[in-house]
Amino acid sequence: MITSHLPILQVVVPLMAAPLMVVLRSGAAAWTLAVAASWTALAIAAGLFLEVAGGNVVSYWIGSWPPPWGIEYRIDIVNAFLALLVSFIAAVVIVYCRESVRAEVPRERHYLFYAMYALCLSGLLGIAVTGDAFNLFVFLEISSLSSYVLIALGRDRRALMAAYQYLILGTIGATFYVIGVGLLYLLTGTLNLADMAARLPAVSDHRSVLAALAFITVGISLKLALFPLHLWLPNAYAYAPSAVTAFLAATATKVSVYVLLRFYFTVFSGSGIFDDRPLAPIWITLSLAAMFIASAIAIFQNNVKRLFAYSSVAQIGYITLGVSFGSVYGLTAGIVHLFNHAVTKGALFMLLGGIALRLGTVRFDAIGGIGRAMPFTSFGIVLAGLSLIGVPATVGFVSKWYLVLAALERGDAWLAFAVVGSSLLAVVYVWRFVEVAYFREPTTEVARLREAPLSMLVPAWLMVLACFYFGLDTGVTLGGAGAAAESLLRGPR
Amino acid sequence: MTLANHYSYWVIIFLAIAGLYIVIARGNLVKKLVGLSIFQTSVYLLYVAPGKLIGGTAPIVSPQFQVYSNPLPHVLILTAIVVGVATLALGLALVVRLEEAYGSIEEDEILPQDRDA
Amino acid sequence: MTAGTLIVGAVAVPLAGAVLIAAAHRTPNLRETVTLVTAGLLFLLVASIVPDVLAGGRPHQTLLPVMPGISLAFTVEPLGMLFAVLASGLWIVNSLYSIGYMRGNGEAHQTRYYVCFALAIASTMGIAFAGNLFTLFLFYEALTLVTYPLVTHHGTEEAKRAGRLYIGMLIGSSILFLLVAIIWTWAIAGTIEFTPGGVLGGNVSNATMGLLLALYVFGIGKAAVMPVHRWLPAAMVAPTPVSALLHAVAVVKAGVFSVLKIVVYVFGVETISGMTSVDWLPFVSGFTIIAASIVALRSDNLKRRLAYSTVSQLSYVVLAAALLTPLSVIGAALHIATHALGKITLFFCAGAIYTAAHKTEVSQLAGIGRRMPWTMAAFTIGALSLIGVPPAAGFVSKWFIMSGALQAGHYAALTVFVVSTLLNAAYFLPIVYSAFFRVPGAGAGGGDGHGHGHGEAPWPMVVALTATAASSVALFFFPELPLQLARQLVARSPG
Repeated sequence: MITSHLPILQVVVPLMAAPLMVVLRSGAAAWTLAVAASWTALAIAAGLFLEVAGGNVVSYWIGSWPPPWGIEYRIDIVNAFLALLVSFIAAVVIVYCRESVRAEVPRERHYLFYAMYALCLSGLLGIAVTGDAFNLFVFLEISSLSSYVLIALGRDRRALMAAYQYLILGTIGATFYVIGVGLLYLLTGTLNLADMAARLPAVSDHRSVLAALAFITVGISLKLALFPLHLWLPNAYAYAPSAVTAFLAATATKVSVYVLLRFYFTVFSGSGIFDDRPLAPIWITLSLAAMFIASAIAIFQNNVKRLFAYSSVAQIGYITLGVSFGSVYGLTAGIVHLFNHAVTKGALFMLLGGIALRLGTVRFDAIGGIGRAMPFTSFGIVLAGLSLIGVPATVGFVSKWYLVLAALERGDAWLAFAVVGSSLLAVVYVWRFVEVAYFREPTTEVARLREAPLSMLVPAWLMVLACFYFGLDTGVTLGGAGAAAESLLRGPR
Repeated sequence: MTLANHYSYWVIIFLAIAGLYIVIARGNLVKKLVGLSIFQTSVYLLYVAPGKLIGGTAPIVSPQFQVYSNPLPHVLILTAIVVGVATLALGLALVVRLEEAYGSIEEDEILPQDRDA
Repeated sequence: MTAGTLIVGAVAVPLAGAVLIAAAHRTPNLRETVTLVTAGLLFLLVASIVPDVLAGGRPHQTLLPVMPGISLAFTVEPLGMLFAVLASGLWIVNSLYSIGYMRGNGEAHQTRYYVCFALAIASTMGIAFAGNLFTLFLFYEALTLVTYPLVTHHGTEEAKRAGRLYIGMLIGSSILFLLVAIIWTWAIAGTIEFTPGGVLGGNVSNATMGLLLALYVFGIGKAAVMPVHRWLPAAMVAPTPVSALLHAVAVVKAGVFSVLKIVVYVFGVETISGMTSVDWLPFVSGFTIIAASIVALRSDNLKRRLAYSTVSQLSYVVLAAALLTPLSVIGAALHIATHALGKITLFFCAGAIYTAAHKTEVSQLAGIGRRMPWTMAAFTIGALSLIGVPPAAGFVSKWFIMSGALQAGHYAALTVFVVSTLLNAAYFLPIVYSAFFRVPGAGAGGGDGHGHGHGEAPWPMVVALTATAASSVALFFFPELPLQLARQLVARSPG
């Protein structure tokens, strides 16, 4: 009975938890509730994933209004994979939040923090499950507004400016998206994505379709921090509370990538708009620019969180590069990297949060010799860093394998070398951490530090181990990504 | 088809560009938010304007009326307005906190304060 | 126990040993006992697979499927068997030596040292038994990473810089070239299993074949073909037992072993022997042999001289493989073993000299043979082996390689071998001569006083270096086992 309502529960459970937390006004109660909501969301996402893994599509009609008039939640393997990813990260990070938030957020704001966390989760999951373009916008704004608040809760006053800048750019991005959707609505008279896809070919000679594509592309690219629209990201990640950085870095940009995939491969693919306008060269150029320029900038950062934030911009380049190939291998690489990068960056930012908790800063000039003071945290960062580089037996390797394979399949050997070449830059910045952590004599301040508390270390190491587990057992990740890629390429049904 | 027939689009385009220009060109954080709101307003109009048909009525099923205006855009934009107001409120709240932290709401006075840190 | 369990055991035993060593960090005696027991156990495990392989068996074990069509799998073939026996056997000797060296020099972080060493051996076993390119690559990278703490053991600024070069060149080359080569192979052939006769078959153009071979040869930085050799001399900042086992046996041999294995089981000797695009390889490796020998000749630091000698000797294997005749391939396989025994002996001696007399430069060694007769006798045997003079094992492999060059009619290669033999003699024999026949202090840079008395190094070190020198001689008289394995390698590959 209740299982038929899983799609809506996926969104409603965290959505309802949020106001409840505000009413409870207690940090501990709010945390407990947030844990319950996140884990329930994970269970629901797992249930949905199993349901659609065989190729089914779950269609849920809100208020029993049939689509295209009512809002439809339409879940296929692509959505389910994304929902599983988001709720998995949320479920792990929320456990980690307890100690981290206690240290970094004023006590009287704890319950608000968790309320915002639940809202953000609900928004991200909403984007994942909805099949309605305008509903998607609303969820996009729910997740964005709550993430602006979460970022602004950072200890450093620069967090405020980072949140403000993200708010301006994020709102411009979302508004661009709405303009695009509005144009499509004027053309097709529908907001249901599947219905839109079916009606678009009939009006595809209209120039507004192109305008809509342009607006949606730019708007979503802002949200997913495609180079050179990434300017909001480094500061937002660097100054947000550690738990927020871990959560957002692993989920927010990934969800935006999904929106892009949905519009390119489901809505616009049938309209023939790409036939005489090959966009791939533009995407490939921007992706390569992200991979090399952002990695190069990362090398010269002094703040380790900022370093890995720039690395995120570079890794998004890998994802969009895979997507821009438009082949099964390429899309598989892009989608599996959504997951793989989320796990890796989640682990990194969670471990960095441990250092931030004990030392109060994660600047290279302050953390010298940290390898001796906090051995588990530092070693975890090195291991996750190896995954970022793409050493075999880590998740990064799986993504890289498919990305290079996709490049070779196109006959573009130089692209294959570009992919592996940019991961050499990752070697450089990961090794900067290795040398600072293990070759510098610890200062008296660092030498006094204790290891991070277990409630932070265990979730973080769970992610680190996930980097290795999913690097060797790729059944779920690669299987899911491969099926998602094929389903996207089959186009709208 | 003349330019005048599409005057509502010209208004929308003007508002959108004006709004974006303010966001980019102004260093005052409040003025940036004003620009953002103007930009968003242009989108409200983009949705609402085409919903109105000349001679159309409210969509009440009755044999007397043949032409209806589309109510859906209005409903959608109601949601968008709510989102816009929330964004504005949050943005202004951030500006208040920025003023408390930096003693200024001018971008070029705030950013240099952290340069040395 | 089935053969499959034995193979997995060969990787798992040193891994488990690493855990136990770490657990025993409070009691050094127990820790060292664990190391020795693990090494002994590993050798027994590896040795117990040998009869099966000699009888023509190819034990196989798939551990887990990783990606569609790609699995973590082990297959024991003759070459890997040879390499595994060599590495595991020498680990026992080297552990004994390590105990003497680390204690004799009062080194810090000894637990980390032994743990990383065990992990390095586990990775080496993984490389030796790898059943496909993915498994090979996995353990190849693992070996680089676990040896990094060994190279930078002293934690000094110099160690840090050497570590940078080590990681940069090895990881860099493997990701940039080797990984692309492997994926390319997969894209072309649809398989990356090691298959007798190769997998690339006839569907690869001449030019692509040459490019692929280049990607493999330069991607496998551990084979130290110039210009990807710089990491090896840099890695000499490590404690001497590391240089001895890892940078004379495990790591560098993993490199040439991979090259040889890829030439035989991925390209297929027959497939590429007709291709003109692979003709560059003999010249590049030949150049490496000569150039590295000349650098060795000009190095006064003993370990640096040995390192460049290693670079040169590694290219013997590459050049022999590149000649693509059965005899030279046998020679290449044998040379992995004979050079290992010879070079580890030389490094052991260098470490013994450092521990007993604190000397690192060649010019300081005048007359040292009188104080350390055992050590310098072993050094002489090691040197003879590398030059290729009986009764040391180096003669056997050199014989096969040069016969192979004759068979192939590759006179340029033959010239390289002859010239390099002369160079080898030129950089080793003066050391032996001055150690035994010159008066102490009469050497060019030997002014820093032989005043304080010293004798031989601690006994575990002397035992170890005597054992390897003796094995080198023994291998000359009884080369049956490696020869049989090497012959199988060729017999299985058509042509």
